[in-house]
Amino acid sequence: MAELRVAVTSKDHMQGPEDAPVTLVEYGDYQCPYCGQAYPIVKRIQKHFGKTLRFVFRNFPLREAHAHAESAAETAEFAGAHGKFWEMHDLLFENQEQLGGPLYLELAKKLGLDPAALKQSLADGQYRNRVDSDFAGGTRSGVNGTPTFFINGERHDGPFDYETLSHAIQGVTAQ
Amino acid sequence: MSNVLPAGTSAPDFTLAATPDQKFSLRDLRGQPVILAFYPADWSPVCGDQMALYNEILPEFQRFGAKLMGLSVDGVWCHRAFADARHLHFPLLSDFEPKGAVSRSYGAYRATDGTSERALFVIDKTGTIAWSYCSAIDVNPGADGILDALDALPK
Repeated sequence: MAELRVAVTSKDHMQGPEDAPVTLVEYGDYQCPYCGQAYPIVKRIQKHFGKTLRFVFRNFPLREAHAHAESAAETAEFAGAHGKFWEMHDLLFENQEQLGGPLYLELAKKLGLDPAALKQSLADGQYRNRVDSDFAGGTRSGVNGTPTFFINGERHDGPFDYETLSHAIQGVTAQ
Repeated sequence: MSNVLPAGTSAPDFTLAATPDQKFSLRDLRGQPVILAFYPADWSPVCGDQMALYNEILPEFQRFGAKLMGLSVDGVWCHRAFADARHLHFPLLSDFEPKGAVSRSYGAYRATDGTSERALFVIDKTGTIAWSYCSAIDVNPGADGILDALDALPK
């Protein structure tokens, strides 16, 4: 069973209480259609488990397969540096079909971020290292596609439909 | 599942075509670690595909100076179309004639299906198998085992 090798730290993007009994980590790619499918499922899971769940999102852009995966990840990181990670994360998944420069600038504007600064940040690859480091950590933890979930550090190998995922989380909570 | 050659075994040499006009011999790669990824067939589904994943992870393998080669019984034209479609940046070797001979020599042939197993080998720079693993045919084994094996090679 593959295990999460890179522990969750305060540098991660997380939602939910730090001392929640269950931590769900997703390695995802904003352009991956399966991650797009998983997005509303994770929302439902978060709603269902409430304060007993902490959710962490890490980047695993499949750059060769998805032309916009890297730029979308860097856009979310840019927003994160300005306190708007989750807002951007959500908007990117909700607009997955339109990923690309024009959408990023529009979303930045919508979130009150400086579009010019975002443009510069993407051109400079300001958050490339951050995304790379998420990716490298994922490869060491046995991420073998996207999305890959870890529940309290253990890779979830089954399907990620709501029933399966919530059942797996329930199983960990009951321990 | 077949019994793949274990660590400590000398890696059987081979010469196989990657494209209609390019061949690779294992012995020519002495001096650097080699990753051999045997897989059943080109054209499995996209996002969870093992070769597509390795394509993404190539920079991590290159940090170790390692050369990755995929290997299946598909012909060179099939490999070319598959590699082009997925933008693969590493060679796919064609264990086509005599069919599966190299896969058999590594204990990585599935006679029942007539394809290679989903088997991984990390070969050290002297040509000795340092690590091997045979995955269930429908399970993408990922890259963590390969990276751990590369980590464990003597520097």
